[in-house]
Amino acid sequence: MSAATPILEVEHLSASIAGQQVVEDVSFTVPRSGVTALLGRNGVGKTSTLRGILGLIQRRGIVKFAGERIDTMQTYRIVQKGIGYVPEEREVFSKLSVAENLELAERQKNPHREFVARLFPDLVQRRDQQAGTLSGGQQQMVSVARALLNDNQLLLVDEPTKGLAPKIVNEVADALAAASKTVPILLVEQNLEVVRRLADRVVVIVGGRVAHVGDAAATLDDADLVRRLLGVHVGDSAHGGIAPARNAGEGAEGGQHA
Amino acid sequence: MSSVVLVLITGLGVGALYFLVASGLSLIYGLMNVLNFAHGAFIALGALIGWEVAEHTDAASWWSFLLSLVVGAVVGAAFAAFTELVLIRPLYQRHIEQVLVTVGLSFAAIALFDGIWGQDLHSVKGPAWLDEVTVVAGAHIANIFWVLIVAAVLVLGGLSLFLRKTRYGKIIRAGVENRAMVTALGIDVRRAFTLVFSIGGAAAGLGGVLAMHYMTGVTPEIGSSLLIFAFIVIIIGGTESLVGTAVASVIVAVLQQFANTYLWGTGDFIAIVLLPIVLLLRPSGLFGKRA
Repeated sequence: MSAATPILEVEHLSASIAGQQVVEDVSFTVPRSGVTALLGRNGVGKTSTLRGILGLIQRRGIVKFAGERIDTMQTYRIVQKGIGYVPEEREVFSKLSVAENLELAERQKNPHREFVARLFPDLVQRRDQQAGTLSGGQQQMVSVARALLNDNQLLLVDEPTKGLAPKIVNEVADALAAASKTVPILLVEQNLEVVRRLADRVVVIVGGRVAHVGDAAATLDDADLVRRLLGVHVGDSAHGGIAPARNAGEGAEGGQHA
Repeated sequence: MSSVVLVLITGLGVGALYFLVASGLSLIYGLMNVLNFAHGAFIALGALIGWEVAEHTDAASWWSFLLSLVVGAVVGAAFAAFTELVLIRPLYQRHIEQVLVTVGLSFAAIALFDGIWGQDLHSVKGPAWLDEVTVVAGAHIANIFWVLIVAAVLVLGGLSLFLRKTRYGKIIRAGVENRAMVTALGIDVRRAFTLVFSIGGAAAGLGGVLAMHYMTGVTPEIGSSLLIFAFIVIIIGGTESLVGTAVASVIVAVLQQFANTYLWGTGDFIAIVLLPIVLLLRPSGLFGKRA
Protein backbone atom coordinates (compact mmCIF):
# COMPACT_ATOMS: atom_id res chain seq x y z
CA MET A 1 0.00 0.00 0.00
CA SER A 2 1.60 3.26 -1.09
CA ALA A 3 1.84 6.20 1.28
CA ALA A 4 -0.17 8.20 -1.21
CA THR A 5 -3.16 5.87 -0.94
CA PRO A 6 -5.79 7.45 1.29
CA ILE A 7 -6.42 5.75 4.62
CA LEU A 8 -10.16 6.11 4.01
CA GLU A 9 -12.01 6.15 0.70
CA VAL A 10 -15.72 6.84 0.71
CA GLU A 11 -17.48 6.33 -2.62
CA HIS A 12 -21.16 7.03 -3.24
CA LEU A 13 -22.06 6.52 0.40
CA SER A 14 -25.75 6.81 1.20
CA ALA A 15 -27.15 6.21 4.64
CA SER A 16 -30.59 6.11 6.20
CA ILE A 17 -32.11 6.11 9.66
CA ALA A 18 -35.49 4.42 10.13
CA GLY A 19 -36.00 4.42 6.36
CA GLN A 20 -35.25 8.12 5.96
CA GLN A 21 -32.25 9.02 3.80
CA VAL A 22 -29.80 11.17 5.75
CA VAL A 23 -26.70 10.89 3.53
CA GLU A 24 -26.92 10.89 -0.24
CA ASP A 25 -24.14 9.78 -2.57
CA VAL A 26 -21.22 11.19 -0.60
CA SER A 27 -17.69 10.60 -1.92
CA PHE A 28 -14.42 11.81 -0.41
CA THR A 29 -11.08 10.55 0.84
CA VAL A 30 -9.01 11.00 3.98
CA PRO A 31 -5.21 11.08 3.59
CA ARG A 32 -2.83 9.08 5.77
CA SER A 33 -1.83 12.06 7.86
CA GLY A 34 -3.25 15.26 9.23
CA VAL A 35 -6.77 16.31 10.09
CA THR A 36 -9.58 16.33 7.55
CA ALA A 37 -12.57 18.34 8.72
CA LEU A 38 -16.02 17.30 7.54
CA LEU A 39 -18.07 20.48 7.59
CA GLY A 40 -21.63 21.51 6.83
CA ARG A 41 -24.66 23.14 8.32
CA ASN A 42 -26.65 21.47 11.06
CA GLY A 43 -28.50 18.41 9.83
CA VAL A 44 -26.68 17.91 6.51
CA GLY A 45 -25.53 14.43 7.50
CA LYS A 46 -22.01 14.85 8.89
CA THR A 47 -22.64 12.69 11.95
CA SER A 48 -24.59 10.22 9.83
CA THR A 49 -21.64 10.00 7.43
CA LEU A 50 -19.35 8.98 10.30
CA ARG A 51 -21.94 6.55 11.62
CA GLY A 52 -22.41 5.17 8.11
CA ILE A 53 -18.66 4.60 7.73
CA LEU A 54 -18.71 2.64 10.98
CA GLY A 55 -21.85 0.69 10.06
CA LEU A 56 -23.77 2.09 13.01
CA ILE A 57 -26.63 2.98 10.67
CA GLN A 58 -27.84 1.40 7.44
CA ARG A 59 -25.63 2.39 4.53
CA ARG A 60 -24.95 1.70 0.85
CA GLY A 61 -21.90 2.51 -1.22
CA ILE A 62 -18.23 1.68 -0.97
CA VAL A 63 -16.05 2.41 2.05
CA LYS A 64 -12.41 1.34 1.92
CA PHE A 65 -10.11 1.49 4.91
CA ALA A 66 -6.39 1.14 4.10
CA GLY A 67 -7.46 -0.22 0.72
CA GLU A 68 -9.79 -2.88 2.16
CA ARG A 69 -13.56 -2.70 1.77
CA ILE A 70 -15.26 -2.40 5.13
CA ASP A 71 -18.78 -1.47 4.03
CA THR A 72 -20.14 -4.97 4.54
CA MET A 73 -18.44 -5.53 7.89
CA GLN A 74 -20.03 -5.24 11.29
CA THR A 75 -19.09 -2.25 13.41
CA TYR A 76 -16.91 -4.09 15.91
CA ARG A 77 -14.88 -5.66 13.11
CA ILE A 78 -14.38 -2.27 11.42
CA VAL A 79 -13.16 -0.77 14.69
CA GLN A 80 -10.84 -3.72 15.28
CA LYS A 81 -9.19 -2.88 11.95
CA GLY A 82 -7.85 0.25 13.67
CA ILE A 83 -10.47 2.98 13.78
CA GLY A 84 -11.11 5.00 16.93
CA TYR A 85 -14.45 6.75 17.34
CA VAL A 86 -15.38 9.75 19.46
CA PRO A 87 -19.17 10.11 19.17
CA GLU A 88 -21.07 13.37 19.09
CA GLU A 89 -22.85 12.97 22.42
CA ARG A 90 -19.79 11.55 24.22
CA GLU A 91 -21.77 8.39 24.99
CA VAL A 92 -19.80 7.42 28.05
CA PHE A 93 -21.24 4.52 30.02
CA SER A 94 -22.78 6.53 32.81
CA LYS A 95 -23.10 3.71 35.36
CA LEU A 96 -19.51 2.55 34.90
CA SER A 97 -16.57 4.27 36.53
CA VAL A 98 -14.06 6.32 34.54
CA ALA A 99 -11.54 3.48 34.86
CA GLU A 100 -14.10 0.93 33.66
CA ASN A 101 -15.00 3.12 30.66
CA LEU A 102 -11.36 3.27 29.69
CA GLU A 103 -10.70 -0.43 30.35
CA LEU A 104 -13.48 -1.42 27.96
CA ALA A 105 -11.91 0.64 25.19
CA GLU A 106 -8.54 -1.12 25.46
CA ARG A 107 -8.09 -3.41 22.47
CA GLN A 108 -4.38 -4.09 22.65
CA LYS A 109 -1.96 -5.61 25.16
CA ASN A 110 -0.14 -2.38 25.90
CA PRO A 111 -2.68 0.43 25.72
CA HIS A 112 -1.40 4.01 25.85
CA ARG A 113 -2.48 4.64 29.44
CA GLU A 114 0.43 6.95 30.24
CA PHE A 115 -0.15 9.07 27.13
CA VAL A 116 -3.81 9.41 28.03
CA ALA A 117 -2.96 10.17 31.68
CA ARG A 118 -0.61 12.95 30.55
CA LEU A 119 -3.27 14.44 28.29
CA PHE A 120 -6.06 14.20 30.84
CA PRO A 121 -4.64 14.16 34.38
CA ASP A 122 -8.09 14.99 35.72
CA LEU A 123 -9.31 11.55 34.67
CA VAL A 124 -6.61 9.89 36.75
CA GLN A 125 -7.90 11.73 39.83
CA ARG A 126 -11.43 10.67 39.03
CA ARG A 127 -10.80 7.09 37.94
CA ASP A 128 -13.26 5.61 40.45
CA GLN A 129 -15.97 8.20 39.86
CA GLN A 130 -19.12 7.11 38.02
CA ALA A 131 -18.86 8.54 34.50
CA GLY A 132 -22.45 9.76 34.57
CA THR A 133 -21.58 12.15 37.41
CA LEU A 134 -18.77 13.88 35.48
CA SER A 135 -19.17 17.31 33.92
CA GLY A 136 -19.70 17.52 30.16
CA GLY A 137 -16.06 18.44 29.61
CA GLN A 138 -14.82 15.55 31.72
CA GLN A 139 -17.12 13.16 29.88
CA GLN A 140 -15.68 14.44 26.62
CA MET A 141 -12.20 13.73 27.94
CA VAL A 142 -13.26 10.14 28.68
CA SER A 143 -14.71 9.87 25.20
CA VAL A 144 -11.54 11.17 23.52
CA ALA A 145 -9.31 9.14 25.85
CA ARG A 146 -11.10 5.93 24.83
CA ALA A 147 -10.10 6.56 21.23
CA LEU A 148 -6.48 7.36 22.09
CA LEU A 149 -5.74 4.23 24.12
CA ASN A 150 -5.10 2.08 21.05
CA ASP A 151 -2.78 2.17 18.03
CA ASN A 152 -5.47 3.30 15.63
CA GLN A 153 -4.85 4.09 11.98
CA LEU A 154 -7.70 6.59 11.85
CA LEU A 155 -9.82 8.53 14.32
CA LEU A 156 -13.40 9.56 13.58
CA VAL A 157 -14.11 12.47 15.91
CA ASP A 158 -17.61 13.94 16.00
CA GLU A 159 -18.19 17.42 17.47
CA PRO A 160 -15.63 17.07 20.26
CA THR A 161 -16.05 20.64 21.55
CA LYS A 162 -19.83 20.84 21.38
CA GLY A 163 -21.29 22.48 24.47
CA LEU A 164 -17.95 22.81 26.27
CA ALA A 165 -16.55 25.80 28.15
CA PRO A 166 -13.76 27.66 26.29
CA LYS A 167 -11.04 26.34 28.62
CA ILE A 168 -12.15 22.76 28.05
CA VAL A 169 -12.43 23.40 24.30
CA ASN A 170 -8.73 24.27 24.33
CA GLU A 171 -7.84 21.17 26.34
CA VAL A 172 -9.74 18.90 23.97
CA ALA A 173 -8.23 20.67 20.95
CA ASP A 174 -4.74 20.27 22.48
CA ALA A 175 -5.36 16.55 22.91
CA LEU A 176 -6.53 16.16 19.32
CA ALA A 177 -3.57 18.19 18.05
CA ALA A 178 -1.23 15.87 19.95
CA ALA A 179 -3.02 12.81 18.59
CA SER A 180 -2.98 14.09 15.02
CA LYS A 181 0.82 13.92 15.00
CA THR A 182 0.59 10.13 14.94
CA VAL A 183 -2.81 9.30 13.50
CA PRO A 184 -4.99 10.86 10.79
CA ILE A 185 -8.28 12.29 11.97
CA LEU A 186 -11.61 12.79 10.25
CA LEU A 187 -13.14 15.56 12.31
CA VAL A 188 -16.70 16.85 12.39
CA GLU A 189 -16.66 20.23 14.12
CA GLN A 190 -18.92 23.29 14.22
CA ASN A 191 -16.40 25.56 15.93
CA LEU A 192 -14.49 26.94 12.95
CA GLU A 193 -11.69 28.33 15.11
CA VAL A 194 -10.99 24.79 16.25
CA VAL A 195 -11.18 23.67 12.62
CA ARG A 196 -8.75 26.42 11.62
CA ARG A 197 -6.36 25.31 14.34
CA LEU A 198 -6.50 21.56 13.71
CA ALA A 199 -7.52 20.85 10.13
CA ASP A 200 -5.37 20.57 7.02
CA ARG A 201 -8.22 19.92 4.60
CA VAL A 202 -11.95 20.39 4.62
CA VAL A 203 -14.74 18.44 3.00
CA VAL A 204 -18.01 20.38 3.00
CA ILE A 205 -21.36 18.64 2.75
CA VAL A 206 -24.36 20.56 1.49
CA GLY A 207 -27.77 18.97 1.17
CA GLY A 208 -26.39 15.53 1.95
CA ARG A 209 -23.71 15.68 -0.81
CA VAL A 210 -20.09 16.81 -0.93
CA ALA A 211 -20.05 20.39 -2.28
CA HIS A 212 -16.47 21.43 -1.67
CA VAL A 213 -13.09 19.87 -0.92
CA GLY A 214 -10.03 22.01 -0.30
CA ASP A 215 -7.29 23.34 1.90
CA ALA A 216 -8.65 24.23 5.35
CA ALA A 217 -6.98 27.61 5.77
CA ALA A 218 -7.74 28.75 2.23
CA THR A 219 -11.39 27.71 2.56
CA LEU A 220 -11.89 29.41 5.92
CA ASP A 221 -10.17 32.56 4.68
CA ASP A 222 -12.73 32.85 1.91
CA ALA A 223 -15.55 34.58 3.79
CA ASP A 224 -17.93 34.42 0.85
CA LEU A 225 -17.36 30.68 0.40
CA VAL A 226 -17.83 30.06 4.10
CA ARG A 227 -21.09 32.03 4.07
CA ARG A 228 -22.40 30.18 1.02
CA LEU A 229 -21.39 26.68 2.12
CA LEU A 230 -21.85 26.87 5.86
CA GLY A 231 -24.28 29.76 6.22
CA VAL A 232 -22.09 31.63 8.69
CA HIS A 233 -20.51 35.09 8.71
CA VAL A 234 -16.83 35.31 9.47
CA GLY A 235 -15.97 37.95 12.04
CA ASP A 236 -18.54 37.37 14.76
CA SER A 237 -17.31 35.88 18.01
CA ALA A 238 -20.37 33.75 18.77
CA HIS A 239 -19.17 30.66 16.90
CA GLY A 240 -15.45 30.85 17.39
CA GLY A 241 -15.30 33.98 15.29
CA ILE A 242 -18.10 32.93 12.99
CA ALA A 243 -21.83 33.58 13.25
CA PRO A 244 -24.77 31.86 11.55
CA ALA A 245 -26.15 33.71 8.54
CA ARG A 246 -29.80 34.55 8.64
CA ASN A 247 -30.16 35.83 5.13
CA ALA A 248 -31.07 34.76 1.63
CA GLY A 249 -27.88 32.73 1.41
CA GLU A 250 -29.45 29.87 3.35
CA GLY A 251 -32.45 29.72 1.08
CA ALA A 252 -30.31 29.88 -2.01
CA GLU A 253 -28.14 27.04 -0.67
CA GLY A 254 -31.11 24.81 -0.05
CA GLY A 255 -32.55 25.58 -3.47
CA GLN A 256 -29.30 24.71 -5.20
CA HIS A 257 -29.49 21.13 -4.00
CA ALA A 258 -33.23 20.61 -3.96
CA MET B 1 -42.29 -18.01 69.50
CA SER B 2 -40.97 -21.19 67.87
CA SER B 3 -43.78 -21.15 65.33
CA VAL B 4 -42.87 -17.58 64.32
CA VAL B 5 -39.21 -18.62 63.93
CA LEU B 6 -40.32 -21.63 61.92
CA VAL B 7 -42.46 -19.53 59.59
CA LEU B 8 -39.75 -16.89 59.26
CA ILE B 9 -36.94 -19.31 58.39
CA THR B 10 -39.22 -21.34 56.14
CA GLY B 11 -40.11 -18.08 54.42
CA LEU B 12 -36.43 -17.30 53.99
CA GLY B 13 -35.85 -20.74 52.49
CA VAL B 14 -38.77 -20.44 50.07
CA GLY B 15 -37.62 -16.93 49.25
CA ALA B 16 -34.19 -18.35 48.45
CA LEU B 17 -35.85 -20.80 46.07
CA TYR B 18 -37.81 -17.98 44.43
CA PHE B 19 -34.59 -16.03 44.02
CA LEU B 20 -32.79 -19.03 42.52
CA VAL B 21 -35.46 -19.49 39.85
CA ALA B 22 -35.98 -15.74 39.35
CA SER B 23 -32.34 -14.59 39.25
CA GLY B 24 -31.81 -15.79 35.69
CA LEU B 25 -35.09 -14.24 34.59
CA SER B 26 -34.14 -10.98 36.29
CA LEU B 27 -30.69 -10.98 34.70
CA ILE B 28 -32.06 -11.62 31.21
CA TYR B 29 -34.86 -9.07 31.48
CA GLY B 30 -32.86 -6.47 33.38
CA LEU B 31 -29.86 -6.61 31.06
CA MET B 32 -31.37 -7.54 27.71
CA ASN B 33 -34.99 -6.43 27.99
CA VAL B 34 -36.13 -9.87 26.93
CA LEU B 35 -39.20 -11.11 28.80
CA ASN B 36 -38.35 -14.78 28.67
CA PHE B 37 -41.40 -17.00 29.09
CA ALA B 38 -39.23 -20.01 28.21
CA HIS B 39 -37.47 -19.64 31.56
CA GLY B 40 -39.83 -22.23 33.05
CA ALA B 41 -38.64 -24.69 30.42
CA PHE B 42 -35.01 -24.01 31.42
CA ILE B 43 -35.96 -24.75 35.05
CA ALA B 44 -37.83 -27.91 34.07
CA LEU B 45 -35.06 -29.27 31.85
CA GLY B 46 -32.45 -28.62 34.55
CA ALA B 47 -34.61 -30.40 37.11
CA LEU B 48 -35.44 -33.35 34.85
CA ILE B 49 -31.83 -33.91 33.82
CA GLY B 50 -30.81 -33.45 37.47
CA TRP B 51 -33.32 -36.18 38.32
CA GLU B 52 -31.79 -38.45 35.65
CA VAL B 53 -28.35 -37.89 37.16
CA ALA B 54 -29.65 -38.73 40.62
CA GLU B 55 -31.40 -41.84 39.27
CA HIS B 56 -28.28 -43.10 37.54
CA THR B 57 -25.91 -42.43 40.41
CA ASP B 58 -26.12 -42.94 44.14
CA ALA B 59 -28.88 -40.39 44.75
CA ALA B 60 -28.44 -40.49 48.51
CA SER B 61 -24.82 -39.39 48.33
CA TRP B 62 -23.60 -35.81 48.44
CA TRP B 63 -21.46 -36.20 45.33
CA SER B 64 -24.51 -37.31 43.36
CA PHE B 65 -26.41 -34.33 44.73
CA LEU B 66 -23.61 -31.94 43.73
CA LEU B 67 -23.22 -33.62 40.34
CA SER B 68 -26.94 -33.21 39.65
CA LEU B 69 -26.67 -29.50 40.54
CA VAL B 70 -23.72 -29.02 38.18
CA VAL B 71 -25.31 -30.99 35.34
CA GLY B 72 -28.64 -29.19 35.83
CA ALA B 73 -26.87 -25.82 35.61
CA VAL B 74 -24.88 -26.83 32.53
CA VAL B 75 -27.96 -28.16 30.75
CA GLY B 76 -29.90 -24.99 31.64
CA ALA B 77 -27.04 -22.87 30.29
CA ALA B 78 -26.81 -24.86 27.06
CA PHE B 79 -30.57 -24.69 26.46
CA ALA B 80 -30.55 -20.96 27.14
CA ALA B 81 -27.56 -20.32 24.85
CA PHE B 82 -29.30 -22.25 22.08
CA THR B 83 -32.46 -20.20 22.63
CA GLU B 84 -30.57 -16.92 22.45
CA LEU B 85 -28.58 -17.84 19.36
CA VAL B 86 -31.41 -19.37 17.35
CA LEU B 87 -34.54 -17.52 18.49
CA ILE B 88 -33.71 -14.30 20.32
CA ARG B 89 -30.77 -12.88 18.37
CA PRO B 90 -32.56 -12.78 14.99
CA LEU B 91 -35.39 -10.85 16.68
CA TYR B 92 -33.16 -8.21 18.27
CA GLN B 93 -35.20 -5.20 19.45
CA ARG B 94 -38.47 -6.81 18.32
CA HIS B 95 -39.73 -7.29 21.84
CA ILE B 96 -43.26 -8.50 21.08
CA GLU B 97 -41.95 -11.14 18.70
CA GLN B 98 -39.36 -12.16 21.30
CA VAL B 99 -42.08 -12.65 23.92
CA LEU B 100 -44.21 -14.66 21.48
CA VAL B 101 -41.32 -16.89 20.47
CA THR B 102 -40.42 -17.63 24.11
CA VAL B 103 -44.07 -18.43 24.88
CA GLY B 104 -44.11 -20.81 21.91
CA LEU B 105 -40.83 -22.38 22.97
CA SER B 106 -42.14 -22.86 26.49
CA PHE B 107 -45.25 -24.74 25.28
CA ALA B 108 -43.26 -26.80 22.78
CA ALA B 109 -40.50 -27.69 25.25
CA ILE B 110 -42.88 -28.74 28.02
CA ALA B 111 -44.92 -30.81 25.55
CA LEU B 112 -41.67 -32.48 24.51
CA PHE B 113 -40.69 -33.09 28.15
CA ASP B 114 -44.16 -34.57 28.78
CA GLY B 115 -43.55 -36.91 25.87
CA ILE B 116 -40.15 -38.00 27.18
CA TRP B 117 -40.72 -38.12 30.94
CA GLY B 118 -44.53 -38.30 31.23
CA GLN B 119 -46.67 -36.13 33.48
CA ASP B 120 -46.36 -38.25 36.64
CA LEU B 121 -44.24 -37.11 39.55
CA HIS B 122 -40.72 -38.54 39.53
CA SER B 123 -39.69 -38.79 43.16
CA VAL B 124 -36.17 -38.09 44.26
CA LYS B 125 -34.40 -38.91 47.48
CA GLY B 126 -31.29 -36.88 48.11
CA PRO B 127 -28.79 -37.12 50.94
CA ALA B 128 -30.47 -38.16 54.20
CA TRP B 129 -29.38 -34.91 55.91
CA LEU B 130 -31.78 -32.98 53.67
CA ASP B 131 -34.74 -34.84 55.21
CA GLU B 132 -33.59 -34.13 58.73
CA VAL B 133 -34.25 -31.01 60.78
CA THR B 134 -32.16 -28.49 62.68
CA VAL B 135 -33.65 -27.00 65.82
CA VAL B 136 -33.45 -23.19 66.02
CA ALA B 137 -35.06 -21.43 69.01
CA GLY B 138 -37.33 -24.42 69.45
CA ALA B 139 -38.37 -24.49 65.78
CA HIS B 140 -37.66 -27.61 63.74
CA ILE B 141 -36.28 -26.36 60.41
CA ALA B 142 -35.98 -28.82 57.50
CA ASN B 143 -32.35 -28.84 56.35
CA ILE B 144 -33.25 -28.33 52.67
CA PHE B 145 -34.05 -24.73 53.61
CA TRP B 146 -30.44 -24.15 54.71
CA VAL B 147 -29.21 -25.54 51.40
CA LEU B 148 -31.57 -23.23 49.50
CA ILE B 149 -30.46 -20.19 51.52
CA VAL B 150 -26.74 -20.94 51.06
CA ALA B 151 -27.21 -21.59 47.33
CA ALA B 152 -29.13 -18.33 46.88
CA VAL B 153 -26.47 -16.31 48.72
CA LEU B 154 -23.74 -17.92 46.60
CA VAL B 155 -25.63 -17.25 43.36
CA LEU B 156 -26.33 -13.62 44.33
CA GLY B 157 -22.70 -13.05 45.35
CA GLY B 158 -21.36 -14.83 42.28
CA LEU B 159 -23.53 -12.90 39.86
CA SER B 160 -22.74 -9.57 41.53
CA LEU B 161 -19.01 -10.29 41.43
CA PHE B 162 -19.23 -11.37 37.81
CA LEU B 163 -20.99 -8.15 36.77
CA ARG B 164 -18.69 -5.90 38.82
CA LYS B 165 -15.30 -7.49 38.45
CA THR B 166 -15.01 -9.32 35.14
CA ARG B 167 -14.49 -7.79 31.70
CA TYR B 168 -17.56 -9.58 30.38
CA GLY B 169 -19.55 -8.28 33.31
CA LYS B 170 -18.50 -4.74 32.46
CA ILE B 171 -19.27 -5.29 28.78
CA ILE B 172 -22.74 -6.49 29.74
CA ARG B 173 -23.37 -3.48 32.01
CA ALA B 174 -22.12 -1.13 29.31
CA GLY B 175 -24.10 -2.95 26.61
CA VAL B 176 -27.32 -2.59 28.54
CA GLU B 177 -26.76 1.17 28.58
CA ASN B 178 -25.55 1.68 25.02
CA ARG B 179 -25.17 -1.39 22.87
CA ALA B 180 -24.09 0.56 19.76
CA MET B 181 -21.27 2.32 21.61
CA VAL B 182 -19.94 -0.99 22.91
CA THR B 183 -19.67 -2.26 19.35
CA ALA B 184 -18.04 1.06 18.38
CA LEU B 185 -15.27 0.18 20.86
CA GLY B 186 -14.54 -2.95 18.82
CA ILE B 187 -16.40 -5.38 21.09
CA ASP B 188 -18.76 -8.08 19.82
CA VAL B 189 -21.56 -7.37 22.26
CA ARG B 190 -23.67 -10.24 20.94
CA ARG B 191 -21.30 -12.73 22.54
CA ALA B 192 -21.78 -11.00 25.88
CA PHE B 193 -25.55 -11.26 25.55
CA THR B 194 -25.34 -14.97 24.72
CA LEU B 195 -23.35 -15.26 27.93
CA VAL B 196 -26.09 -13.43 29.86
CA PHE B 197 -28.65 -15.88 28.57
CA SER B 198 -26.39 -18.82 29.42
CA ILE B 199 -25.85 -17.58 32.96
CA GLY B 200 -29.58 -17.01 33.34
CA GLY B 201 -30.18 -20.55 32.08
CA ALA B 202 -27.56 -21.96 34.45
CA ALA B 203 -29.25 -20.26 37.41
CA ALA B 204 -32.60 -21.65 36.21
CA GLY B 205 -31.18 -25.16 35.88
CA LEU B 206 -29.61 -24.97 39.33
CA GLY B 207 -32.85 -23.61 40.78
CA GLY B 208 -34.76 -26.41 39.05
CA VAL B 209 -32.64 -29.15 40.66
CA LEU B 210 -32.95 -27.54 44.11
CA ALA B 211 -36.70 -27.04 43.60
CA MET B 212 -36.94 -30.74 42.78
CA HIS B 213 -35.27 -31.62 46.09
CA TYR B 214 -37.48 -29.14 47.96
CA MET B 215 -40.59 -30.70 46.40
CA THR B 216 -39.06 -34.22 46.66
CA GLY B 217 -39.91 -34.84 43.03
CA VAL B 218 -40.23 -33.40 39.57
CA THR B 219 -42.72 -33.18 36.69
CA PRO B 220 -42.26 -31.27 33.41
CA GLU B 221 -44.59 -28.60 34.84
CA ILE B 222 -42.22 -27.74 37.72
CA GLY B 223 -40.95 -24.65 35.91
CA SER B 224 -44.38 -23.33 34.99
CA SER B 225 -45.57 -23.43 38.59
CA LEU B 226 -42.49 -21.55 39.79
CA LEU B 227 -42.41 -19.08 36.90
CA ILE B 228 -45.39 -17.09 38.17
CA PHE B 229 -43.59 -16.43 41.46
CA ALA B 230 -40.40 -15.61 39.59
CA PHE B 231 -42.26 -12.94 37.61
CA ILE B 232 -43.90 -11.59 40.77
CA VAL B 233 -40.59 -11.14 42.60
CA ILE B 234 -38.71 -9.53 39.71
CA ILE B 235 -41.52 -7.05 39.11
CA ILE B 236 -41.84 -6.24 42.83
CA GLY B 237 -38.06 -6.00 43.23
CA GLY B 238 -37.56 -3.80 40.20
CA THR B 239 -36.56 -5.40 36.93
CA GLU B 240 -33.13 -3.74 36.79
CA SER B 241 -31.96 -4.94 40.18
CA LEU B 242 -30.68 -8.37 41.14
CA VAL B 243 -30.55 -7.29 44.79
CA GLY B 244 -34.13 -6.05 44.42
CA THR B 245 -35.12 -9.49 43.16
CA ALA B 246 -33.44 -11.07 46.19
CA VAL B 247 -35.17 -8.76 48.67
CA ALA B 248 -38.54 -9.14 46.94
CA SER B 249 -38.13 -12.93 46.97
CA VAL B 250 -37.71 -12.88 50.74
CA ILE B 251 -40.58 -10.41 51.31
CA VAL B 252 -43.01 -12.35 49.11
CA ALA B 253 -42.08 -15.74 50.53
CA VAL B 254 -42.13 -14.65 54.19
CA LEU B 255 -45.51 -12.94 53.77
CA GLN B 256 -46.75 -16.03 51.95
CA GLN B 257 -45.64 -18.33 54.78
CA PHE B 258 -47.15 -16.09 57.45
CA ALA B 259 -50.42 -15.91 55.53
CA ASN B 260 -50.48 -19.66 55.06
CA THR B 261 -49.95 -20.18 58.76
CA TYR B 262 -51.98 -17.38 60.32
CA LEU B 263 -54.47 -16.31 57.60
CA TRP B 264 -56.16 -19.56 56.68
CA GLY B 265 -53.77 -20.67 53.96
CA THR B 266 -54.07 -17.53 51.85
CA GLY B 267 -50.32 -17.32 51.07
CA ASP B 268 -50.57 -17.59 47.28
CA PHE B 269 -53.39 -15.04 47.26
CA ILE B 270 -51.29 -12.60 49.30
CA ALA B 271 -48.26 -13.07 47.03
CA ILE B 272 -50.29 -12.38 43.91
CA VAL B 273 -52.19 -9.43 45.42
CA LEU B 274 -48.88 -7.88 46.44
CA LEU B 275 -48.02 -7.49 42.76
CA PRO B 276 -50.73 -4.98 41.76
CA ILE B 277 -50.31 -3.15 45.08
CA VAL B 278 -46.60 -2.55 44.44
CA LEU B 279 -47.23 -1.70 40.78
CA LEU B 280 -49.83 0.89 41.77
CA LEU B 281 -47.75 2.47 44.54
CA ARG B 282 -44.32 2.14 42.93
CA PRO B 283 -44.52 1.09 39.28
CA SER B 284 -40.77 0.65 38.89
CA GLY B 285 -40.65 -1.82 41.80
CA LEU B 286 -38.98 -1.51 45.19
CA PHE B 287 -35.43 -1.14 43.82
CA GLY B 288 -36.16 0.11 40.32
CA LYS B 289 -35.47 3.64 39.17
CA ARG B 290 -38.48 5.96 39.36
CA ALA B 291 -39.72 6.99 35.93
